[in-house]
Amino acid sequence: MEGWENTLIYNREGNSGATHSWLRLSSLNPPAMRSTRHQPVRQATMHLILFFLFAGFCLAGAINLLWQTHPINSALSLIVVMTSLAVLYLLLGAEFLAIAQIIVYAGAVMVLFTFVVMLLNAGREERTLGSRAASRVGFPAVVVFLAVIATIILRAQGLVSAHLGVGLTNAKDSSNLVVLSQVLFHELLLPFELTSVLILIAILGAVAIARREGSERTAEK
Amino acid sequence: MLHFGTHVTILAFFLWSLLKVAVVMTVMLLGIAYTVLLERKLVGRIQNRWGPSRVGPFGLLQPLVDGAKSFLKEDLIPTAVYRPLYLLAPIISLGCALISIAVIPFGAPGMGPNGVDLFEISNINVGLLVILGITSMGVYGIALAGWSSNNKYSLLGALRSSAQMISYELALGLSLVGVVLRAGSLNLRVIVEQQATLGAWTWNINPFGGGFQFVAFFIYLMAAFAETNRSPFDLPEAESELTGGYHTEYSSMKFAMFFMAEYGNMINVGCVATLLFLGGWTSPLGDLMGPFDSPWINALLPLFWFVSKVFCFLCLYVWVRGTLPRFRYDQLMNFGWRFLLPLAILNIVGTSLWLAYR
Repeated sequence: MEGWENTLIYNREGNSGATHSWLRLSSLNPPAMRSTRHQPVRQATMHLILFFLFAGFCLAGAINLLWQTHPINSALSLIVVMTSLAVLYLLLGAEFLAIAQIIVYAGAVMVLFTFVVMLLNAGREERTLGSRAASRVGFPAVVVFLAVIATIILRAQGLVSAHLGVGLTNAKDSSNLVVLSQVLFHELLLPFELTSVLILIAILGAVAIARREGSERTAEK
Repeated sequence: MLHFGTHVTILAFFLWSLLKVAVVMTVMLLGIAYTVLLERKLVGRIQNRWGPSRVGPFGLLQPLVDGAKSFLKEDLIPTAVYRPLYLLAPIISLGCALISIAVIPFGAPGMGPNGVDLFEISNINVGLLVILGITSMGVYGIALAGWSSNNKYSLLGALRSSAQMISYELALGLSLVGVVLRAGSLNLRVIVEQQATLGAWTWNINPFGGGFQFVAFFIYLMAAFAETNRSPFDLPEAESELTGGYHTEYSSMKFAMFFMAEYGNMINVGCVATLLFLGGWTSPLGDLMGPFDSPWINALLPLFWFVSKVFCFLCLYVWVRGTLPRFRYDQLMNFGWRFLLPLAILNIVGTSLWLAYR
């Protein structure tokens, strides 16, 4: 039950530190809800409700992704998963990450996925009975494996339960966009630029390979 | 979303939001209806005819009659369509067109009782990105409509449209980076207030006082025409080649939903252009026409400025539609990738250098 208390406590801290948490109202408004005592709790409940709602969407989408036989339905379920993940990021105070997730993954990468599915006109998959051993041993094994991994990571990093609604930064007048760009373009500039060069090389490589095959094909004709 | 105004309880916040959403949606839907009439009237004048003039004075009741007509038409669903997605596609299209308005500030900040933000549904610190995100989700409506219709014209229209929207989204997003760099924030209110220091002189569109951002404005303008599938970039629904493009198989209200989505997107683009380049709700005279004694004028004048700027933008849209012929597909792609994209990147580099060494 510690996690729940943490979630409730945050709001008293979070709001006393002015409007720095996720999705803040404009700086024109003075810090909210200093006078009333009951609201922080209610706000936390609302965060919690939103968390369970979108975590539910996320899981339902993921299960539907595996369940559907038509590739386009699976692709659309993946979009649901990514969008609900974005809302979870938002609840954890990472507003930039959330919107980037929507723009990049849900809006660009998945469009390419659906594009490919449409162009190939892939039909339905056939559903097989599957092996009985896999369903009896496999699913519990996966659950246990994931639980162990999660525990190890949490212990090794010394992380406590997440605080819903708290921004990544508590500094005034800096969203996590500011902090993120400080880290990327100031402290880790060289690795960041190297990564972008790496991606550029990959793109050029892909284009070069596609071109060579195309020219061979035209040469054969 | 869950941060409230100064002394507002959670219930009051909820009710205020509900009220704002209801009013804004009504205005938006009416705006869409009358944008259609504006287009028909203006294109009519450009082509030397009157446009709709029979229903009501000056044809002003025409949109209502059009709406009633599309409601009463037979709702046909072809047998070979993939039903769930066929039904979902128009909803996605219209939904994405209507959601963006939620983060757009259309009047002066505050103004409500107890510090409620009366003229914006929600003030978000990444507002601009939210709009871009919703726009990028709008592609699905068109892509799924084309695919699920099971019609080759629809599919070709959808493929063209998706390719076009993805290509121009890059130029569109990059053109906005200059403005964001200048304002130092993604909050739309902050972006407007940064421009409005000296009235129209410091608007981003001004070539003298507004940094380099008039370049960004022209990139945005062209990319936005392509994003909304409007002429001269209306290849997804090129009548002469694709009968109707992605909405060939749609009829009645479902077709009307695509139609409304297109005009809703036009209004959204107009709002974003107004906020980012034309100083939003602020007056072009800046402080010369300072705050008035009456709170009513102080509240309504910004609304007037905002609406009239958006109106000018919509007229520009219609003017271009009535003037320019349609692009060819390869011209479209060349223009986007070889001209707009490099120009947008140059604009970012130029603005950054200017900000660093001014």
